[in-house]
Amino acid sequence: MSKPKVGFYWCASCGGCEEAVVDLAEDILKVVEAVDIAFWPVALDFKRADVEAMKDGELAACFVNGAIRTSEQEEMAELLRKKSQLLIAFGSCSHLGGVPGLANLWDRQAIFEYVYKEAPSVTNPDGVVPQEQLKLGSNGYALTLPSFRDSVKTLDQTVEVDYYLPGCPPPVKLIANAVMAILEGKLPPKGTVLAPDKALCEECPRKPTKPDKLALKELKRPHQIQIDSEKCLLAQGLLCLGPATRSGCGAPCVSANMPCTGCLGPTSRVKDYGAKALSAIASLIDAEDEKEIAAIMEQIVDPVGTFYRYSLPASLLHRRVRNLTPGPFPKGKGRD
Amino acid sequence: MSEQWEPRIVAFFCTWCTYTAADLAGISRMTYAPNGRIIRVMCSGRMDPQFVLKALADGADGVLIGGCHPGDCHYQAGNYKALRRYTLLKRVLTEMGIEPERVRLEWISASEGDRVQKVMNEMAEQIRKLGPLQLERPLPQPLPETERGAVPLPVAGRGLRG
Repeated sequence: MSKPKVGFYWCASCGGCEEAVVDLAEDILKVVEAVDIAFWPVALDFKRADVEAMKDGELAACFVNGAIRTSEQEEMAELLRKKSQLLIAFGSCSHLGGVPGLANLWDRQAIFEYVYKEAPSVTNPDGVVPQEQLKLGSNGYALTLPSFRDSVKTLDQTVEVDYYLPGCPPPVKLIANAVMAILEGKLPPKGTVLAPDKALCEECPRKPTKPDKLALKELKRPHQIQIDSEKCLLAQGLLCLGPATRSGCGAPCVSANMPCTGCLGPTSRVKDYGAKALSAIASLIDAEDEKEIAAIMEQIVDPVGTFYRYSLPASLLHRRVRNLTPGPFPKGKGRD
Repeated sequence: MSEQWEPRIVAFFCTWCTYTAADLAGISRMTYAPNGRIIRVMCSGRMDPQFVLKALADGADGVLIGGCHPGDCHYQAGNYKALRRYTLLKRVLTEMGIEPERVRLEWISASEGDRVQKVMNEMAEQIRKLGPLQLERPLPQPLPETERGAVPLPVAGRGLRG
């Protein structure tokens, strides 16, 4: 009997998710023993044509990481959807939009202006920006590039998705569990995020030191204080998003003195991660006076980047409202 | 802008103060802008920022939140929590390109029917000045996990004997 075929693909992502697959270490041998990897551009020499030649549903499962930003990524998502029985959104970008999704604070034009013309490291006297098509010579031969969309989308805003593996990158334990579940056919209902459905605080090693009632007079950033390596980070005034974030990672960041930034996204009952995280943090502020509250909130330097770090495209608003975009990239703020 | 456009305001009123005040305004036959769709919540502290975003994403041009005056919350501190969330939410909205004036938090006690009238009129005027919100064509939102049946609810007649 031939082994089931699986595929891996990347869209708008950093490559960290591919690393996470390799981080399975020896366990990857078990995976390779059980399945046939039929498509994995980052590691194996298969081309798009090979996928196109497959029968529909030939791939038992396909893990797609990265957000959807270009027309090519849309096409690949559609192609892989057609060829796969199970399509799994792998990692924060594909699940919620991820860090590339923060580009939804600008549109295509603003991004091109900044990245190709205004960025301090760029020399571009002719103002060349990527074109979708370029006619060469007299024979009319055209070079093409994929179209760059105004907004970043999640995978499930592009095609139907069966399961989600959250995280930036997904924790190895969750990947291994998911692969085993697929191989054994023990899958939960479609649409499930393959991670526990509890907040990170539940599995946080610092939980015993979390006070019953948190009341913060000041919000601090990690570089501003000497962090106590055992005490709850919120109790130390650090903006830790553990209360609003799904567990399953084993709290490696928190264990390394870094507050949770929310990469596993929300639990199943929350629709907009950023709003919920904002709500969780705001309610801990210990002030009743309007001015005092505002002053404490000012200590959050970049609220959208903080609360929607991994989930802007999946949020209810999806992107910055275009007709109010205050010009291109704000200079200085958050960049110095 | 079409002449037909009228500001759509979703007003979340706390049941103990502002909603009662709106009732009073009605009983007292006060007239005010008909642009508000009032939703009664138990407390302004119940206001999840998601409610505001959902309203805006689904076509509201403005959101009004009404709660008890500081110190008067039926649940002691709900209105302070509302104020904290609102303060932070306004910063997020501004960065998302939504005028912060579209969302307003007001303390209106049960006896201030006239204040409901005044605030609703002001709000309608304010939103009229700002114009329709006109969000980008919204993308289809995948159903939340729970609604897709991912978290199975207990079903009668199943379970014990499989």
